[in-house]
Amino acid sequence: MPDNKPLTTDSNFHESGKTCFRAYRPGDDFYQYLIDAHRDLSDAQSQKLNARLILLLANHIGDLAVLREAIDAATENPGEA
Amino acid sequence: MSLTYQNPVYEYVRSPDQAAIQAAHHPVIVVGAGPIGMGAALDLALHGVDTLVLDDNNTVSVGSRAICFSKRALEVLDRLGCGERMVDKGVTWNVGKVFFRDKLVTQFDLLPEPGHKMPAFINLQQYYLEEYMVERMNEFDNIEVRWKNKVIAVDDSSEQTRISVETPDGVYNLTCDWLIVADGANSDLRAMLGLESTGKVFEDRFLIADIVMKADFPPERWFNFDPSYHRGQSTLLHRQADNVWRLDFQLGWDKDPDEEKKPENIIPRVRAMLGDDVEFELEWASVYTFQCRRMPRFRKGPVLFTGDAAHQVSPFGARGANSGLQDIDNLAWKLKLVMDGKAPQSLLDSYCEEREVAADENIMNSTRSTDFITPKSNTSRQFRDATLELSKRFDFARKLTNSGRLSDTTVLTDSSLNSPDDGEFGSLLVAGAVMADAPVEGGSADWLLNAFGNRFQVMFYVDDIDACDRATLDALRAMQDDAIPIETVVIYRSGEAPAGIHALCDVKGMIAERYDARDGSAYLIRPDQHLAARMRTTSVDKIRQAVARASAQH
Repeated sequence: MPDNKPLTTDSNFHESGKTCFRAYRPGDDFYQYLIDAHRDLSDAQSQKLNARLILLLANHIGDLAVLREAIDAATENPGEA
Repeated sequence: MSLTYQNPVYEYVRSPDQAAIQAAHHPVIVVGAGPIGMGAALDLALHGVDTLVLDDNNTVSVGSRAICFSKRALEVLDRLGCGERMVDKGVTWNVGKVFFRDKLVTQFDLLPEPGHKMPAFINLQQYYLEEYMVERMNEFDNIEVRWKNKVIAVDDSSEQTRISVETPDGVYNLTCDWLIVADGANSDLRAMLGLESTGKVFEDRFLIADIVMKADFPPERWFNFDPSYHRGQSTLLHRQADNVWRLDFQLGWDKDPDEEKKPENIIPRVRAMLGDDVEFELEWASVYTFQCRRMPRFRKGPVLFTGDAAHQVSPFGARGANSGLQDIDNLAWKLKLVMDGKAPQSLLDSYCEEREVAADENIMNSTRSTDFITPKSNTSRQFRDATLELSKRFDFARKLTNSGRLSDTTVLTDSSLNSPDDGEFGSLLVAGAVMADAPVEGGSADWLLNAFGNRFQVMFYVDDIDACDRATLDALRAMQDDAIPIETVVIYRSGEAPAGIHALCDVKGMIAERYDARDGSAYLIRPDQHLAARMRTTSVDKIRQAVARASAQH
């Protein structure tokens, strides 16, 4: 399928140097690490952590086209009541 | 109370052991005639071991309980002689659908590639499995089951383990060399031995309601996060045999289990979920909480713990009974070799090593599912709901959505029984993995897995069996007479197998593909159908070395 959008939205979690026997495993590893980072934090502390995290990841991505598309994708949420 | 199933009653029979002046001795006693205890007895019976099974009750499971049986569990049951009945009676399913606030957000298809005897999953009430296992046990002269025999004391201070058993005729004593504990999550034996299973209790309650209805819903697993009819919680709908449907309602921690179990409280919940026009009858209900925990060690000398007695998971993912059956798959052949003096007792430590790793993986996966289904904080719930929202649009979020990671096998990559690869292989069927099935022709079986199990075997791959070197075949076949016999199964792509050779044709080329097998490759297969070694060039020395390693004789 031709896709000229730069943002990767297919599953992309992976870990180099590890044999992956189950497709769900790297994503679940990430998700648990993320939720564990928030464990024992207040809601306000969690918000700060999330803000710092977004900034770090944004800089890592760097490419403004990707970042704009990601921000737009997160903003428009057709399912939201 | 069940509308569709009448529990059989197994007669208590007084044993001559009860009148013996000295405690009668049995080589192996299994405590608990659930799926895992009976599995242990059947597996040991296939190895020619006399086994006595004790159960405090006189029937099979009351209520459906475990209903989801995985491909691997079915393969183990097939080896034990109950797999085909399970598939015939059970509801085969592959599709799971996930809804968020009534809208379908993602679905998964567990249908594996074609060319496997067993389906990805079937649903069948636990009582059917137990009934089939009881009937299968009756076919063996070397299994004795004693119903209404409750173990009330155990003494493991001397070489022979001594137990006291309570019956309708009073208490009697027995001794044994090996005691297999399969008496469930609240194991009495574990408590009597002063051992603990430790972990995490989840503060949530779930209602299981089994209903009988004639409905047109497909046999799919429907998981609904935060549905309009059950706000803030989750529900599950899943079909079983006999038009019985499993409904699962997350209730929250504050609900009173005794109140929730009452039909007058269940029926409105079911109506809200299925609609007012659906006719149904309530079959069985239960309110449960759950824990994820395990014993630090599954062995205490001659006492071996299996199934829920050794490890417990949350029900999301069907990792309870399915992993228990893999315990006994792992244990029986090891115990047999140790009992025969052909392997050191440390082989039983490898049971612990391998199944403790598997238990940790099962606990991890079911804990993750639980954390997704019942988030523990606002932030966790926000990430969960965002994942579900994004699932409607994006693949990655669909893959992150976790309504239960359904039972799969643990690849025992770090097992001390594995030999390193001899040569390069491009397949994930590494030493420590379970064999993958494939269709075969021209021999004793139609499926690869039906030709393997219960003994050490070498799967020797050749392109053209007519061109196969006779001396190599003879050398491989001579290993049949080793102290630990090693049977060779020749898998060939073309040619005509000569008489007197156990050979199977890789009729679709699936074995070559799945195992990355080439002319001359060999795979050492354990009695539990796990790979223990693979080699590009085959020699009897290398195979014997790998067998020594796989039986803990370094």
